[in-house]
Amino acid sequence: MHKAKFDYHRPESVDAALALLQQGGKALAGGHSLIPVMKMRLAQPDALIDLGRIPDLSGITDEGDSLRIGATTTHTEVNQSDLVQASVPVLCQTAGMIGDPQVRNRGTIGGSIAHADPAADYPTVLVALGATVHIQGPNGSRDVGAADFFVDLFQTALGETELITAVTVPKLAGGAKASYQKHRHPASAYAVVGVCAVRSDSGQTVVIGGASATPTKVTGPMGTDEEVMSSVAAAITDPMGDTYASGEYRVHLAGVLARRAIAATA
Amino acid sequence: MTAIRPFGHDQRRLEDPRMITGQAKYTDDFVLPGMVHLAVVRSPYAHANIVSVDTSAALEMPGVLGVWTGQDMVDAGFGGIPCAWVVPDAGTVTPNHPPIAIDKVRYVGDAVAIVVADDDYVAKDAAMVVEVDYDELPACTDGEKAHADGAPQLHDDAPNNQCFHWTVSGGDVEAAFNEADIVVGERIINQRLVPVAMEPRSALAQWSSGMGELTLWTTSQNPHIVRFLLSLDTGIPEHKIRVIAPDVGGGFGSKIPHYPEDSMTIFASQQLDRPVKWTETRSENFQATIHGRDHIQDVEMAAKSDGTITGLRAKVWANLGAYLSTASTGVPTILHGLMLSGAYTIPNIHEDVYGMFTNTTPVDAYRGAGRPEATFMVERLVDLVAKKLDMDPVAIREKNLIPPFTEGHEVATGLIYDTGNYQAALDKAKDMAGYDELRAQQAAARAEGRYIGIGVCTYSEICGLGPSEVAGAVGFGGGLWESAIVRFHPSGKVRLMVGINPHGQGEQTTFAQIVADQLGVPTEDVDVQYGDTAQTAMGWGTYGSRSTPVASGAMMGAIDKIKDKGRKIAAHLLEASTADIEFEDGKFYVRGSPESSMTIQDIALAANTAWNMPDGVEPGLEASAFFNPSNFVYPFGAHIAVVEVDPDTGEIDFQRYIAVDDCGPQINPMIVEGQIHGGIAQGVAQALWEGVQYSEDGQLLTSSLMDYAIPKAEYFPKFELGHTVTPTDVNPLGVKGIGETGTIGSTPAIYGAVLDALAPLGVEQVHMPLTPERVWRAIQEAKA
Repeated sequence: MHKAKFDYHRPESVDAALALLQQGGKALAGGHSLIPVMKMRLAQPDALIDLGRIPDLSGITDEGDSLRIGATTTHTEVNQSDLVQASVPVLCQTAGMIGDPQVRNRGTIGGSIAHADPAADYPTVLVALGATVHIQGPNGSRDVGAADFFVDLFQTALGETELITAVTVPKLAGGAKASYQKHRHPASAYAVVGVCAVRSDSGQTVVIGGASATPTKVTGPMGTDEEVMSSVAAAITDPMGDTYASGEYRVHLAGVLARRAIAATA
Repeated sequence: MTAIRPFGHDQRRLEDPRMITGQAKYTDDFVLPGMVHLAVVRSPYAHANIVSVDTSAALEMPGVLGVWTGQDMVDAGFGGIPCAWVVPDAGTVTPNHPPIAIDKVRYVGDAVAIVVADDDYVAKDAAMVVEVDYDELPACTDGEKAHADGAPQLHDDAPNNQCFHWTVSGGDVEAAFNEADIVVGERIINQRLVPVAMEPRSALAQWSSGMGELTLWTTSQNPHIVRFLLSLDTGIPEHKIRVIAPDVGGGFGSKIPHYPEDSMTIFASQQLDRPVKWTETRSENFQATIHGRDHIQDVEMAAKSDGTITGLRAKVWANLGAYLSTASTGVPTILHGLMLSGAYTIPNIHEDVYGMFTNTTPVDAYRGAGRPEATFMVERLVDLVAKKLDMDPVAIREKNLIPPFTEGHEVATGLIYDTGNYQAALDKAKDMAGYDELRAQQAAARAEGRYIGIGVCTYSEICGLGPSEVAGAVGFGGGLWESAIVRFHPSGKVRLMVGINPHGQGEQTTFAQIVADQLGVPTEDVDVQYGDTAQTAMGWGTYGSRSTPVASGAMMGAIDKIKDKGRKIAAHLLEASTADIEFEDGKFYVRGSPESSMTIQDIALAANTAWNMPDGVEPGLEASAFFNPSNFVYPFGAHIAVVEVDPDTGEIDFQRYIAVDDCGPQINPMIVEGQIHGGIAQGVAQALWEGVQYSEDGQLLTSSLMDYAIPKAEYFPKFELGHTVTPTDVNPLGVKGIGETGTIGSTPAIYGAVLDALAPLGVEQVHMPLTPERVWRAIQEAKA
């Protein structure tokens, strides 16, 4: 298939991009989700607003207790960042598990979370880490916690005329540890199930991706392997299935990967 | 001259620089003056009556030059797409296969109309607004269910959707099973696969109304077959058709057939008197390019309590899809059923194969083509016998392998294998694997609750297709010989023209090596020409691992003639008797006085200038030869796979792969290894990852590379390759094919390894592909 006709803009500032966005169209970052969807004619935007030439949107900065990662920072940049490796190594590890080298060289953190594919890797990890999504729109900027950002299947808190400018990720401090465990789809390389566990002074957080419409926080007891399995199963109330893996198997896999992620943070 | 002879040594592929720098020319790269673009309107239903086709909206779009339906092609004199392999003595029916469906569609992707526009995007946009009104019919996608009374009927002339019922019998199977100490058996699903060549299909037709001539650039493994078949269904006489297969980016069998789109572009080019190009999308590649395999096999093996195999019987439902593709009836019969003895002495064999029409994409040859479906069956049964008798998989094989033979060995299905030394290959594989040590490691791991598995496959396969008399006897609509032309230019450079058509196998290099080796010229001085029916030698194409074993025979014939002629010219110019002229390392010399010599380049110049030729010798240094092999060739080998299964998730950790393959003398070991690597990857992929899924109503669920898992390099451990060398007596160089052995040997080896790992958990069988969920479920069921 091929795309329907569309206009193409390449603004050089966030303001210019926002101005264009008010006239309709869709923001384009790495294009690894949007372009295939357009080729299948599941999306037919009138215009694409390419964010690739806006310097303010890219790059990783140290903000003391947290890292600010620009929306158009590629997976490869995150994966190879010494700063990220030193303060949130799980994010390096996760970025390196996304897709393949070509995808990682083009795909961006902002694009990934804006698309909100339930099988994407970043949403799970960002929710587990308690990241914040920075959004700018015609009426100014606002911050949304990652847990509130993902609303439903491919739906986020981002408005149609808004842009993600950056994601802020708290550093893992005071001996906190995190681990992301993933079962890769052999064709798409998406997460059939991805589990992120974070252990810090405030306790153990476990978030499941791939099994439900949005990243799912596990709330029940997780003291023993059996408890992990049953708490994970209880958390995933409406498991998704496809030609590769049923919902039932995804729930099981989530339990096993949660056990491993928790063990890796011990 | 280099000190190292070209034959038998690694030589980097001459075709690679253009391939890896983007300079190769594929069909879609050709742009002709006035060229326009064709798009196909395809059925979204697996089975439906076409009530009406409204082309008005498409015709109104700016840039659209025409929209046509199936009846338009009939009215223009186009016939159905011919099936070129109609297996005899099986009641085979060959329903009409119109290039564009008329009245009824039979699979998702069946063509309903074509649109031509001056721009590819416009053509595709216009195809989306052709309005087709369908009356949907019940569909059937399963080869066995399609046979039941009351199943949806695809073709009026195929009651119960049966295309053929073919049988093979040898020995006395009833007696073997009656007298057996043990019988094992099961239902095997050898699942449907998509070939997924990297280059999609493409066709570019240029009709010249003034000359009444057609040129078709197309992605083909066998341009001469396409030309022959086009002469049957387009009404254009064969001598007015030129088929050009330029660089072709992989085929795996999927570019053997003459496809409907060939005819569509030709029809449209005639209608518009302009060149018309069509290139498929990856979605079309999944829907409308042939699929492979798709057998349901009910199989049994009889054996004695000491492990001696005495009989094999099978009933197979071979799903052929909605229409007969070019070679479709031969694949699950001749190329499958005749190979049921495998590498073993199995005195009694009987198989029934039912070829079935279903509402699915047509099925044809996919790498291995019939032999993987045979080898997996035989190897699985051998493993079941071993398990039942508590024998090691190697021991059961050693007990039943055909002993070494050099002058032909007849098996129960009637084939005569050429040469073989199967035990030697198995010994080498065992040695490389450290088999006994592996078993000890496995036992130790089991004691720790880890599930390591070791799988073994010993195979023999039929390739180098083949004797033309046999081709005729088994219903193949062409010959299976090859020809070659060797031509020396005045400067001593050489052009070799062949009728085979490499599309990734590297014969541009290996054939140059053969010529260079034989004639003593540098390899880079040999230009190998193929792919254009107007400029190459006649031949039947590249498939069935036949190019080297068959075409090299023709090349050697032509080379011998060149040497003979060269001797005569040299004798004349050196003033010696022809009988006294020796030829060695590119030099003709008088026996006993090597200082009196001429190079073959000297002779080429003398022959081409023809200033001073011996009496009765024609000018020029060129020869052609034809080679019709006396038999197929039968490469063989032994593969060993090692895996570890995670019982918590069903995930498989692929740890080691040892392959010992014997294709006789290797012309270019690096290319041989490359062929084995790719073959193993595709064979393992069938066992572990690939599998087409259709919904009940015939929708293709695995329709893209996002959900159909083709193998990736990172999924494999480093392959450990070895070889033995057992020449064939079928061709002058003793060479056997190597293009498909990896695919044939690896599926059973890796499957056997996984089932071996699962044995302590009580798992008896898991259907392919062995996805983690299937493995996990099998473990859960065994526990229950």
